[in-house]
Amino acid sequence: MDSIWFQRISKFSAYLLAIVWVLPLLYAFWAAFHPPEYATKFALFAPLTTENFVSAWDQAPFFRYMLNTVIITTIILFSQLVVCTLAGYALAREKFVGRGFAFALVLTQLMVMPEVLIVENYRTLTGLDLVDTHLGVGLPYLASAFGIFLLRQTFKTVPQELEDAARVEGLSGLGIIWKVFVPLAFPTYLAFSLVSVSYHWNNFLWPLVVTNTEASRPLTVGMAIFGAPESGVDWSVISAGTLIAIGPLLILFLVFQRKFIQSFMHAGIK
Amino acid sequence: MLKRFNLKAWLLLLPALSLLIAFTHWPTLKTFWRSATWARSDAAPAKFVGLENYEILLDDPIFWKVIENNLWYALGTVPTSIALAIAMALWVNSKIRFTGLLRLAFFTPTILPMITVANIWLFFYSPNIGLFNQLLALIGINGPNWLGDPDLALSSLMIMTVWKEAGFFMIFYLAALQTLSPELFEAAKVEGASGWRIFRKITFPLLMPTTLFVLINALLNAFKLVDHLFILTKGGPNNASNLLLYYIYETAFSFLDSYYAATLTVVMLVMLAIIALVQIFFFDRRIHYR
Amino acid sequence: MNRFTKHLATAGIASILGFSAVASAETDLTMYYPVAVGGALTKIVDGMVEKFESQNPGINVNAIYAGNYNDARVKALAALQSGDPAQLSVMFSIDIHALRNLDAIVAFDDLISTDAERKWLDSFYPALMENGKADGKTWGVPFQRSTIVMYYNKDMFRAAGLDPEKPPTTWEEFASVGKKLVKKNASGNVEQWGAMIPSTGYPYWMFGALTKQNSEVLMNQAGTETYFDNPGVIAALEYWYDLGNKHAIMPSGVIEWGTLRQNFLDQKTAIMWHSTGNLTTVKNKASFDFGVAKLPGNTELGSPTGGGNFYIFKKSSADEKAAALKLVKFMTSAEQAAHWSKATGYMGVGPGAYETDTLKAYVKEFPPAAVARDQLTHATAELSTHEAGRVRKFLDDAIQAALTGQMSAKDAMTDAQKQAKLALRRYQ
Repeated sequence: MDSIWFQRISKFSAYLLAIVWVLPLLYAFWAAFHPPEYATKFALFAPLTTENFVSAWDQAPFFRYMLNTVIITTIILFSQLVVCTLAGYALAREKFVGRGFAFALVLTQLMVMPEVLIVENYRTLTGLDLVDTHLGVGLPYLASAFGIFLLRQTFKTVPQELEDAARVEGLSGLGIIWKVFVPLAFPTYLAFSLVSVSYHWNNFLWPLVVTNTEASRPLTVGMAIFGAPESGVDWSVISAGTLIAIGPLLILFLVFQRKFIQSFMHAGIK
Repeated sequence: MLKRFNLKAWLLLLPALSLLIAFTHWPTLKTFWRSATWARSDAAPAKFVGLENYEILLDDPIFWKVIENNLWYALGTVPTSIALAIAMALWVNSKIRFTGLLRLAFFTPTILPMITVANIWLFFYSPNIGLFNQLLALIGINGPNWLGDPDLALSSLMIMTVWKEAGFFMIFYLAALQTLSPELFEAAKVEGASGWRIFRKITFPLLMPTTLFVLINALLNAFKLVDHLFILTKGGPNNASNLLLYYIYETAFSFLDSYYAATLTVVMLVMLAIIALVQIFFFDRRIHYR
Repeated sequence: MNRFTKHLATAGIASILGFSAVASAETDLTMYYPVAVGGALTKIVDGMVEKFESQNPGINVNAIYAGNYNDARVKALAALQSGDPAQLSVMFSIDIHALRNLDAIVAFDDLISTDAERKWLDSFYPALMENGKADGKTWGVPFQRSTIVMYYNKDMFRAAGLDPEKPPTTWEEFASVGKKLVKKNASGNVEQWGAMIPSTGYPYWMFGALTKQNSEVLMNQAGTETYFDNPGVIAALEYWYDLGNKHAIMPSGVIEWGTLRQNFLDQKTAIMWHSTGNLTTVKNKASFDFGVAKLPGNTELGSPTGGGNFYIFKKSSADEKAAALKLVKFMTSAEQAAHWSKATGYMGVGPGAYETDTLKAYVKEFPPAAVARDQLTHATAELSTHEAGRVRKFLDDAIQAALTGQMSAKDAMTDAQKQAKLALRRYQ
């Protein structure tokens, strides 16, 4: 088995799979930069055009969608960082009756993801008058069991002496968390933030349910409406729109990919 | 020392617990309650109907179809994603050339929103004009109707799901591989063990904790990842590719029947609970979260 | 915490309302609308709304594009429920029963007062009013309305030795002409199909055409009964199945609604049945000579009407209702209807539209623009019942089950009828 042939086949499969994996992206570039006649035909010397980007940009308020996505993602991330730090610290460092129970309550959300409860949560939001608001899109995600879990694990590894020393220096409760624990857990924060941002940048079902208008509609929902097959698929314009939509994150990712992937790996080890 | 009532701890937990209770535990309880009530429309008050909704559920052929599909979907996507993820991690971790590019290629789907690339997959799958069938035509094969054939629609969705997931799971394996000590492999090589044998006897067992972690995540995804249905098949043809969560969405937001949607959601909750129990009883014994 | 935030919000809203009441006497309207066919329709709607606003300085209109028909209904209803304002919306013409069951809409008869307004309400094609009426009143006013028409590639007709000015008019002709248009390559694979009828997205709508052509209807006017298992209905589905199998002029199995237009533009099929709403896009993009014709018939010609109507919501003030009515009257006036029809391919909703200079000139230059209208004399209502979403799904599923060969047409329709009957039992 360990022959030269096995290695060759393995190598070949690796490169082939990689090509297949980026194929959708390659096609998006092809369709977006060529006239519609070439959306389904491939010719080496097909003329190039940026016309599709112009018509895509005209057909949907991409900037507004992007802004909404940024706002929603920021609200969620900020809240998660604060809420999860506090809870993670309590579960890692405080000893009290009911800690196991509290931790179990938290872990429930790892299984019962907000996606499953769209119907009831939608009703709650209606009651709170928060349908079609940025906050509404974020609400079910403001506390993250995954984040609490990660931070709890990290905080547990902080030596007790450090905490005691900080106390001796006169730091109190929140001060200790802020000055001692948060800096030490920096890689965990980075890893969690990246996972959270890419999750909510991609999130679709819940925003679809709670957003009604451009006022709060994020990119994913906007793109789903923009490219809805009902209206007849026009792949050139849709590809251009797709590239506009994923462009910013894609560029950021390509520039920082090493750091990005390493942080993801950090979250993976935990 | 153990305090009887630790006010500080509970205050620290207050924001997290109140949010979680408001958007996870409370709606879960309400879902159970709603599944036992019914009203003609949202304008009318709901009345208690006991298990009537569940009787309807048992008689609903679409329900049984989506459950069956969901099981196939899990069975089709979970092992494939994991196997590919391991292969990808081994490749990227090996000494072949361009590992940086390979890693980048495999990981890219993770940052692409499923809903936006679904339209591109629609082109790949399209009969007559689509990419896959154009490629098949080159070698003289008359390509199938990927999304329109009831025997293929669900598999076509699975392929896209695996594409989306595998690179993400690869990261976890990559992280695990880098913690394994190289001496172990050197020693095995010195003893003349083949690559496959090393993998089977050393690498794979050592990756077990990661596999279990990824397995749970992949299982959860099999229940919650339905974004591409909105563009590719809408559950069709004739429910051949319909999944439980999409059916819940349809029932609640297209048929405007939140009571039956709640009943379906209870089934979903039960399935998730089973996954959780399996994890606790079987897996936590072997891998423990420190 | 919940109640506290509510109080805060109420106080905030009250102060804003009080402030705006002092500041001006303007009326704000919010309307949701769907798009189900191609092209930059949102721009066209925005343009029409702007024109209305410039003519009516006291009224501000916020037109919100909400996705497909289902999305638009969900979003408009959600807005009503959550207390966000929405005074009117364009929604599926067949949503009428659902909207009435929710007590969400008002009848136009109760809003109009003058003779001129009564005349306006009578100015639409009767066939387009069928889905808008219930209990003797008009609840929906036609706006983006369509029928299904047959687009065909004249170049391919010529190449196959067929007369490009004589598209098929009967089921037999459709099958025989279709066979002549099928082209296979050396290895026996089809390169060009004779025809395609889409069977995803809105299969029940396409089926409405076939059943009407077989002199059947799918439901009663009250929307409480369906007739899916009538022999004529089953026969219509068998014909559809045969087109893809026995006659082999279409691919067998289901055909995707969304990509069909691209198939036609890429010349993979000589004929497609599609909404007239695609007419302008096809006109702009076709690189070949194409024609548009009425659908062929069996015992008679026929197509269902389709598309969206204007509805006015009950939960709005008298001023808002008056302003909403004004907007509806403007959007459906002959001039605007003509402009809309030319820009999209949707039909002018009344005879008046076709008497405007805009459409007269357009129809003269581009005769296909009048086909949808000409077909109205053979039109029937679109499937519209109580429990509309479910009943539609039963029918859609049954059609797809038969077309993919999972079930015989008879079994599939018998099943669908049984399920529909069960779902409708509470409305008998």
